Amino acid sequence: MELSTIAQQLVNGIQSGAIYALIAVGYTMVYGILRMINFAHGEVYMVGALVAWLGTSRDWYGVVSHSSTGGLVLLIATAMLVCMTLGVLIERLAYRPLRHAPRLIVLITAIGMSFLLQNLALILFGADPKTVPLTWRTVQLGGISVSLGQLVLLIASLSFMAGLQLLVKRTQFGRAMRAVSEDFQAAALMGVPYDRVIVGTFAIGAALAGAGGAMTAIFVGAPVTPTFGFMPGVKAFVSAVLGGIGNIPGAVLGGLLLGVIEALVGGHPTLSPFRDAIAFCLLIAVLLFRPAGLLGRAVQEKV
Amino acid sequence: MKTPLLQLQQVTMRFGGLIAVRSLSLEVDAGELVGLIGPNGAGKTTVFNVITGIYRPTEGDIRFQGRSLVGLKPHQITRLGIARTFQNIRLFRGLTVLENVRIGAFVRHRTRLWQAALRFKAVEKEDAELEARARHWLEVLELSAVADVRASALPYGLQRRVEIARALATHPQLILLDEPAAGMNPNESEELMHLIRRLRDEFGVTILLIEHDMRVVMGVCERVLVLDYGELIAEGPPEAIRNDPRVIEAYLGEPV
Repeated sequence: MELSTIAQQLVNGIQSGAIYALIAVGYTMVYGILRMINFAHGEVYMVGALVAWLGTSRDWYGVVSHSSTGGLVLLIATAMLVCMTLGVLIERLAYRPLRHAPRLIVLITAIGMSFLLQNLALILFGADPKTVPLTWRTVQLGGISVSLGQLVLLIASLSFMAGLQLLVKRTQFGRAMRAVSEDFQAAALMGVPYDRVIVGTFAIGAALAGAGGAMTAIFVGAPVTPTFGFMPGVKAFVSAVLGGIGNIPGAVLGGLLLGVIEALVGGHPTLSPFRDAIAFCLLIAVLLFRPAGLLGRAVQEKV
Repeated sequence: MKTPLLQLQQVTMRFGGLIAVRSLSLEVDAGELVGLIGPNGAGKTTVFNVITGIYRPTEGDIRFQGRSLVGLKPHQITRLGIARTFQNIRLFRGLTVLENVRIGAFVRHRTRLWQAALRFKAVEKEDAELEARARHWLEVLELSAVADVRASALPYGLQRRVEIARALATHPQLILLDEPAAGMNPNESEELMHLIRRLRDEFGVTILLIEHDMRVVMGVCERVLVLDYGELIAEGPPEAIRNDPRVIEAYLGEPV
C-alpha cells in the first residue's frame, strides 16, 4: 500500500471511527449504569438518519438546504430531539418495568425492541434506500482528499464527545451518573433519584446516536434503510467492549481504533475482503490479553 | 404527647420462610443518641434497611415525624431527613472525597436534573452553594486536606469518616450509623465517640447506631435497644442493659 493511500484511509477511518464512537458511548453509559446491553441502540441511530432524510426529502419552506448552515444545525438538533424522546420511551416502556427482572429477560427485550424499531421503519418508510440529496465539495490536503462534509462531521463528533466528557466530569448530573453506576443503592440512599438518572442517561446516549445517524446521512450521504443501524450498532458495541465497557473515553478510543483498522485493512488490495474478519480477530486478541478492554478496570466481584 | 421522631410499629420483615425482624416496635425521640445491639444475625441491619426503604416491611408501619414511610423509595426517605452509613463501606470509590460528599448534598438541590445537565446560570450558582456546603462538612470532619483524593485511595478510618460526611451532607434529622467503629483501633474509636457526641450536641442530629464495640455503645449511647432473633429483648440505659440477664444470655454468657 502506498503512503498516500494509507494517509487517505487513515482520514476515512477516523471519520467512520468517530461515528462508531458516538454510538459506542451510548452503549457504554447504559451498560455502566444498568449492566445491560441496549441492543436497540443501533436502531436509534437509524432513526436519526431517517429524520435527516425526512428533513431533506422535501422543501420545508426552504429552511433546510445545504447552503444553509442554520437549516442543517436545526435538522441535526431535530434528529437528536426525536431520538432523545425515543430513548426515553424505550427505557420507560421496555426496560423500566423489567428493572428487577433477570438480566437475560432484559437482554431479550432489548433484541425485541431492536426488531420492533426496524420493522416499524420498514412499514412506515419502506425498504428502498433513501439518500439525502446533498453533495459536499472535496478539498485536497497534501494529496489526501477530504470532503467538507467529512470534516464537519469529524469536528462535530469530537465536540459532542468533549461536551459529554464535561457533562460527566463537571456537572451534578454527571456526578450522579457516576455514583449510580458505581452503587445505585447507595446513591438512592444519599437521595439520588436513580430512575431519573437512568432515563437521563438513555436520553443523552440516544441523542448522540441520533446525531451520529443524522450526520452520516447528511455528510457522508450513506443510503438509509431499515437495517441501517444494524452493522454500525454491532461495530459500536465492539468498540465499547474494546475500550472497556462502562468507560466513556474507552468507547471513544475503541471506536476510533476500530474505524482506523477497518479503513486500513479495507484499503489494502488483497486484504480488503477480510476487513470485518480482521477487525473482529483484533477484538478477540485484545480481549485475550486485556479482558476488561483497553481502558477498563478489572472489577472484582463482591464476595 | 409529643410524636417521636422515628416510630416502628409491629414491624415484621420476612424473607420467604425466614423471619428477620419479628413484630418490632420501637421509638426514637428527637435529639436522642440510641444504640441498637444484638448478636450476629439478630436483624439489626435489616431494621436499617426497612427504615431506609431498601426493603418494604412485610407487616407493620414505620413513621418518621408522624408520617408513614412504608412504600416510599429510598431517595424519597433520604429527602425526608434520614441518612445512613454502611457496615461495609459503600463510598463511590471512583469519585473524589469532595464529589462523594457533593452527592450527599444532592438532596438539597432545587434545580432539576435536566437543567443541571445544561448548566444554566441558576444552576451554576446552586452548584457553588452545594460545593460550599460540601466543603463545610469536610471541614467539620477534618477531611479538607483529602478533598480531591479518590475515595478508594484513603485509609479505612478516613473512608468511614467520609461516609459520615456524605450522610451529613443530605442534611438529616436522623442518622443511622451501621457499625461506625468496625475495624477501628482504640484510638480511632475514641475519636469516633467524640465525633458522634459532637454531631448530636453541635448539629442537633438524632443518632441511631448499630455497634459491636461495647466500649463505644456504653460510652456514647444514652439508651440501648437489644435485638435477638429479630425481636426486641431489652431496652434501657447502658448500665441496666449491661446487667440484664436476657442480654447476657443472648450473647451466650459473654459479659457485655
